[in-house]
Amino acid sequence: MAKILMKGNEAVAEAAIRSGCRLYFAYPITPQSELIEYMARMMPKVNGTFLQAESEVSAINMVYGAAGCGKRVMTSSSSPGISLKMEGISYIAGAELPCVIVNVQRGGPGLGDIQPAQGDYFQATKGGGHGDYRLIVMAPSSVQEFADMASEAFDLADKYRNPVMILADGMLGQMMEPVEFKPSRSDEEIAEMWRQHESWCVCPNEDGDKKHHHEINSLEIDPQVLEKHVNDLYQKYGVIEKNEVRYEEFNVSDDNEILCVAWGTASRIVKSAINELKAAGKSVGLIRPINVWPYPYEAVAKAIGPKVKKVYVFELNTGQMLDDVKIAVNGKVPVDFWGKVGGIVFTPAEIQAKLEECF
Amino acid sequence: MEKIAYRPETLTKTPFTYCPGCLHGVAHRLIAEAVDEQGLVNQMTGVAPVGCSVFAYKFFNFDMAQAAHGRAPAVATGMKRARPDMHVFTYQGDGDLAAIGTAEIVHAANRGEHISVFFVNNAIYGMTGGQMAPTTLPEMKTTTSPYGRKTDDIGFPIRVSELLATLIAPYYIERVSLLSPADILKAKKAVSKAIQYNKEGRGFTFVEFISTCPTNWGIDPLKSREWAKENMLPFFKLGCLRDKGEGVE
Amino acid sequence: MTTEMICAGFGGQGVLTIGKFLAKAGMTEGKNVSWLPSYGPEMRGGTANVSTVISDDAIASPIVSYPDILVALNQPSIDKFAPSIRPGGILIYNTNMCPHGCKRDDITIIKAPMVEIANEIGNQMVLNMLAIGIIIGKTAIIKYETMEADLTGFMKAKNPELLELNLKAIKRGIEIGNS
Repeated sequence: MAKILMKGNEAVAEAAIRSGCRLYFAYPITPQSELIEYMARMMPKVNGTFLQAESEVSAINMVYGAAGCGKRVMTSSSSPGISLKMEGISYIAGAELPCVIVNVQRGGPGLGDIQPAQGDYFQATKGGGHGDYRLIVMAPSSVQEFADMASEAFDLADKYRNPVMILADGMLGQMMEPVEFKPSRSDEEIAEMWRQHESWCVCPNEDGDKKHHHEINSLEIDPQVLEKHVNDLYQKYGVIEKNEVRYEEFNVSDDNEILCVAWGTASRIVKSAINELKAAGKSVGLIRPINVWPYPYEAVAKAIGPKVKKVYVFELNTGQMLDDVKIAVNGKVPVDFWGKVGGIVFTPAEIQAKLEECF
Repeated sequence: MEKIAYRPETLTKTPFTYCPGCLHGVAHRLIAEAVDEQGLVNQMTGVAPVGCSVFAYKFFNFDMAQAAHGRAPAVATGMKRARPDMHVFTYQGDGDLAAIGTAEIVHAANRGEHISVFFVNNAIYGMTGGQMAPTTLPEMKTTTSPYGRKTDDIGFPIRVSELLATLIAPYYIERVSLLSPADILKAKKAVSKAIQYNKEGRGFTFVEFISTCPTNWGIDPLKSREWAKENMLPFFKLGCLRDKGEGVE
Repeated sequence: MTTEMICAGFGGQGVLTIGKFLAKAGMTEGKNVSWLPSYGPEMRGGTANVSTVISDDAIASPIVSYPDILVALNQPSIDKFAPSIRPGGILIYNTNMCPHGCKRDDITIIKAPMVEIANEIGNQMVLNMLAIGIIIGKTAIIKYETMEADLTGFMKAKNPELLELNLKAIKRGIEIGNS
């Protein structure tokens, strides 16, 4: 299939539809509005449901209802709107429903601004909503990857009956890059994906004497029962941690004097700086977590080569993934951090200057 | 021999967990009977709220979802849109629907969402222990209005049925009471109509039940019905506000 | 080879489109491309700019720190971005809206009264196509034939007259770029 030049916001929407998403509920917010607008245009063409909800709160609860019926459903928003969804996300995680949530991050806290930022890392990977739960969190760094993650996210959500968040940012949402889409799933394939959930989801009762009674629920009033439920969830999260760690190594070698760790948009800027330094004969490696939960702790630790003086973390926040890197490095070498906030994206030149100070 | 007392097919054998004298059980039964009568036992699904009826998902013998506080109409919207072949209702109390869930109910009604909403109004929060509700009457004492509801401070009770009847889309809106056997028979008719309209895909249907809370009102069950008749019914007038099927607009 | 460009001007001058058509043509020619607009309130009446990268290799940062090419349609764009043009790079600017020009002597400067020329061609809207033409005339980053085919596919059915004007503007731009 030929490549199409597309904005990230539109590419992820198109890829979601192709992977069988037939329900989408959301509320407009910059810088993700092209996503909701694309869904408004395209969902009717595949006999899907597009509904602009009265709030982010309602949108995520519509997702809860639709996911409870076992269908591929998605919502999207940007940082302040994601905060509003957090209640519903906790319920969805507790009730073990599969769905995909896209966060096109912008500057915060509060209303913040509408420029790209990575300030929602803690919210996405450490909780955000109440209670003990985990989201699978995928962090794209290109429009192609953003699109690819839509179908991967749905597959993971279905596989683990767990909400999956794609943690992008305003830059990925707004920028255009060539993207190549996978073929659309056929109606038969989509129906088959729904059927795999029939053992638990809300569905018509046509089982005669063996009538089912499925409950979509996160309430367990008996502490012993709730304890078992949460322990079961954590067993599932353990399996996810074992199976779903994903990362990219860039220029990692025994010659590295600095090892960088960066995710999403920020990682691309760091790559440019590494390329410039490489031309000047200075060796810097990069680990880019592709999934930020589960986190590639072992990969970061392993990538610290014999000459590495320092692990340098670059983020568009005040140092959130930094905590995970420190856990991974575990005191082996010093860990440094530099970031930009307020929706300001650091430039390759700035990163290059920061790295050159280390030599 | 004719069976005159029986469990509706759509109620499970799980015993109700409600207080003695509570009318939730009556409302549940009316809904279950109507679902039985309409032959929807296999296509029905419901959404339980947060409140005393939070466990409603255990009592109805079809698939049920439990929603976050106030969000049942949004959850029901998602379910109905995902499974248009199924019939969806929500069951909500006055704190759930008329306070924290006002946006959800107003917009679900305004979209004419093809769901039924059963709204139990007893002028108080039950499960959390007798706090003031949006429907608490003026001067009525609750644990969070210990000196009585002061209307110059916190406003007047919300008449949800009238509020929703200002919207164009809703198909059917009626307020009934569970305060006497005669009223319960009328309530049954309203519930049956709502479920029938739901089955026929006519649009948004809404039934408000005027009910009691003997425990939190601190009045015994029989007297609490009299209290409600004297105090609630003058403010929350019974009757049909909208029935597009019968030309009531 | 990697070419990094910034196009900047007032909102409404079509700077985003310059980058978009160049990126699209680059993609058609099998190159890696990225197009990153400024977005937000400034798009409505204020200044707009777009970073476009066209490369034979995978593109690392879509944010351009040191452009190889700057297209400036107004003076604030020169003031903001010209100091960071790579030595040996190219500045293309519109003399009708850049009264102070640029004083750097380590870059190639191509200047033209682009508003006037666009009006001569028949429509001020083709100013951005003129800029595209200058880039094609001066550099080899994309071929005219690719641009013509892309534009034809995009516009022929919808607005054949505007297509003709656009192609005319690009050709005129190529002449300016070549000279």
